[in-house]
Amino acid sequence: MTMIDERPDELPETANPELERRAERRESWRGFLHAVPAYVYLIFFFVLPLGIVFVFSFASRGRTGRPNLEGWNVDGWTRLTDPLVSTIVGRSLFVAVVNTALCLIIGYAFAYWIATRPKQSTRTLLLILVLIPFWSNFLVRTYAWRMLLDSDGYITQLGELTGLWGRTLFTLPAVFLGLLYGYLPFMVLPLYAAIERIDWSLVEAGRDLYASGTRAFLKITLPLSRPGIIAGSILVFIPSLGAYVTPDILGGAKTTLLGNFIVTQFGAARNWPFGSALSGAILIVMLLATILYFRSGARTV
Amino acid sequence: MGHEGDAQAASGATDRSEQPQMTSGVAAVGLHGVTKVFGEDVVAVNSMDLDIRDGEFFSLLGPSGCGKTTTLRIIAGLEYPTEGSVQIFGEEMGLRAPNKRPVNTVFQSYALFPHMNVEDNVSFGLRMKKVDEAEVQRRTGEAIELVRLSGMEKRRPNALSGGQQQRVALARALVNQPKVLLLDEPLGALDLKLRQTMQLELKDIQHEVGISFVYVTHDQEEALTMSDRIGVMNEGNLVQMGTSEDIYEAPVDLFVAGFVGDMVFVPGEIAEAGVVRLGGGETVQARTSSASGTTVTLAVRPEKLHLYGERSEAPPGRNAVSGRVARKIFYGEALYYEIDSGASGNFDVRVENVPSARRWDVGDDVVVDFHPEAALAFEE
Repeated sequence: MTMIDERPDELPETANPELERRAERRESWRGFLHAVPAYVYLIFFFVLPLGIVFVFSFASRGRTGRPNLEGWNVDGWTRLTDPLVSTIVGRSLFVAVVNTALCLIIGYAFAYWIATRPKQSTRTLLLILVLIPFWSNFLVRTYAWRMLLDSDGYITQLGELTGLWGRTLFTLPAVFLGLLYGYLPFMVLPLYAAIERIDWSLVEAGRDLYASGTRAFLKITLPLSRPGIIAGSILVFIPSLGAYVTPDILGGAKTTLLGNFIVTQFGAARNWPFGSALSGAILIVMLLATILYFRSGARTV
Repeated sequence: MGHEGDAQAASGATDRSEQPQMTSGVAAVGLHGVTKVFGEDVVAVNSMDLDIRDGEFFSLLGPSGCGKTTTLRIIAGLEYPTEGSVQIFGEEMGLRAPNKRPVNTVFQSYALFPHMNVEDNVSFGLRMKKVDEAEVQRRTGEAIELVRLSGMEKRRPNALSGGQQQRVALARALVNQPKVLLLDEPLGALDLKLRQTMQLELKDIQHEVGISFVYVTHDQEEALTMSDRIGVMNEGNLVQMGTSEDIYEAPVDLFVAGFVGDMVFVPGEIAEAGVVRLGGGETVQARTSSASGTTVTLAVRPEKLHLYGERSEAPPGRNAVSGRVARKIFYGEALYYEIDSGASGNFDVRVENVPSARRWDVGDDVVVDFHPEAALAFEE
């Protein structure tokens, strides 16, 4: 009998610690150089504008509402306690949570279905279908929904024909419909990536160990798709919370959400400091929430 | 290790652990006319009949794609047969779901749940069966102890070595006290040394729990050393079934002869009943029932060949073919000589590296000698 040659387990000892350190330093310097374009871009188009917003939140307003970079105050920030703000935040949160939940339920079923198609070509085709809407402008697609939901739109006609619903344009359901349509792909893609990666022999092992189909799904498939659930939820929740175009076009002026409210501050209300404070506050809260969410997810994945 | 000469080969079975006792006449697993067709016409398993006895270590041996894993999955309920019946202790399984069958599987890549620690992996089956908590704790502890993983209960599978993962997979299956344990190439991912240790350990565990193990492997050595009985599969067919000895000493066809163990093959033709004429005109006696004139392949195990310098040195009444040493390979415990017998073909001769063994050099004229009982002749 022949013994197959065995690989040595231990790595050779470090030849020269000084050389190693120098190599490491050079490596990190090279890494930094690679990242320079990204840093420059981020500083100019992300950090700087955010800084401007932050500065403006402490500015004062002239008689016509013109922001003046003097007479620094915290009026913008104190107005955040206005009951109107909490009403709008509450409504926005409700819309974002419901939309995320809807996207998750529908998106999971769909992503699971795609991921379990046996042929790779079928899966690719279905994914392309998910992406096709992105080939046209979001605004255009939202206006298309407006047509569908308006008095003589097909969806309204169908509702009237069956007697189930009437004209839905400029109502909350219309906003939900638009948001679901707009953000579903952001849920489907990460979920698909997570589900597709699952080793199906784990599910078989579960079945072999007396789990019914449902329990195997709950105990194995679902926990293993957690990274996709987390990524998808964040990708849907955050833009839903700040959604502006959809509530504006499909909800009319009737349902003011955070996005519209902020836009109003920079437009009609001419209250830049308050608008800036609002934006800054949302940003900080979302950042903290996302970090917490990822932390809790990272521990169990 | 290794058989020395023909005489010892016949008594090689005695050091094996005692034969499994039959507790009842009912087979642990009974397959009757089981056929599995994938898609339109890919026949993975072809009309298989198989009875696995209670308490035996049964191996399904064959090259990849021969249908052995499919057979195992059919027993587990992870695939359903296109035709035929599957019985476990006489009970018809039909289309019964895997979670309703009294068998458990050790998967090829272990399939440990990565999001659960060792303890939760092992207790998974008991929890699914809603066994009460105190018993879950007790049996999980026992199973972890059985596979010698105490102290690792809280570790995640990715923090374990391959061998440890393998043990968790074993404990996870055994904790449920299945009536039959199915193992799908469980040692395939381990390195050679560890594989050899695990082979012994598996055998011990099987002895301890006393249930039938159905073991799928493509490693013929593993199958030979571990099994009470082996079923050799090829292209969806069960071609031979028997003890390790049966398979090794009396393969039924050319495929089994070549797949299990090393074998020297030389072309020939039946000259008369029980006599094969080789290409070079020499005749040898062999075990065969083929009619004269048939083209056959003569097969002999390398360790059953002996080398002599002259025909006269060889014991009388045996087969002798002359040739010349063409190559010599040193393996440590043995030497392999490749003997070129011209038109009669090449004989690889294994000579144990013992002090009494005579050494030959390349170019030496030798006579290859073997017992008529050691020679088999197969039709193509």
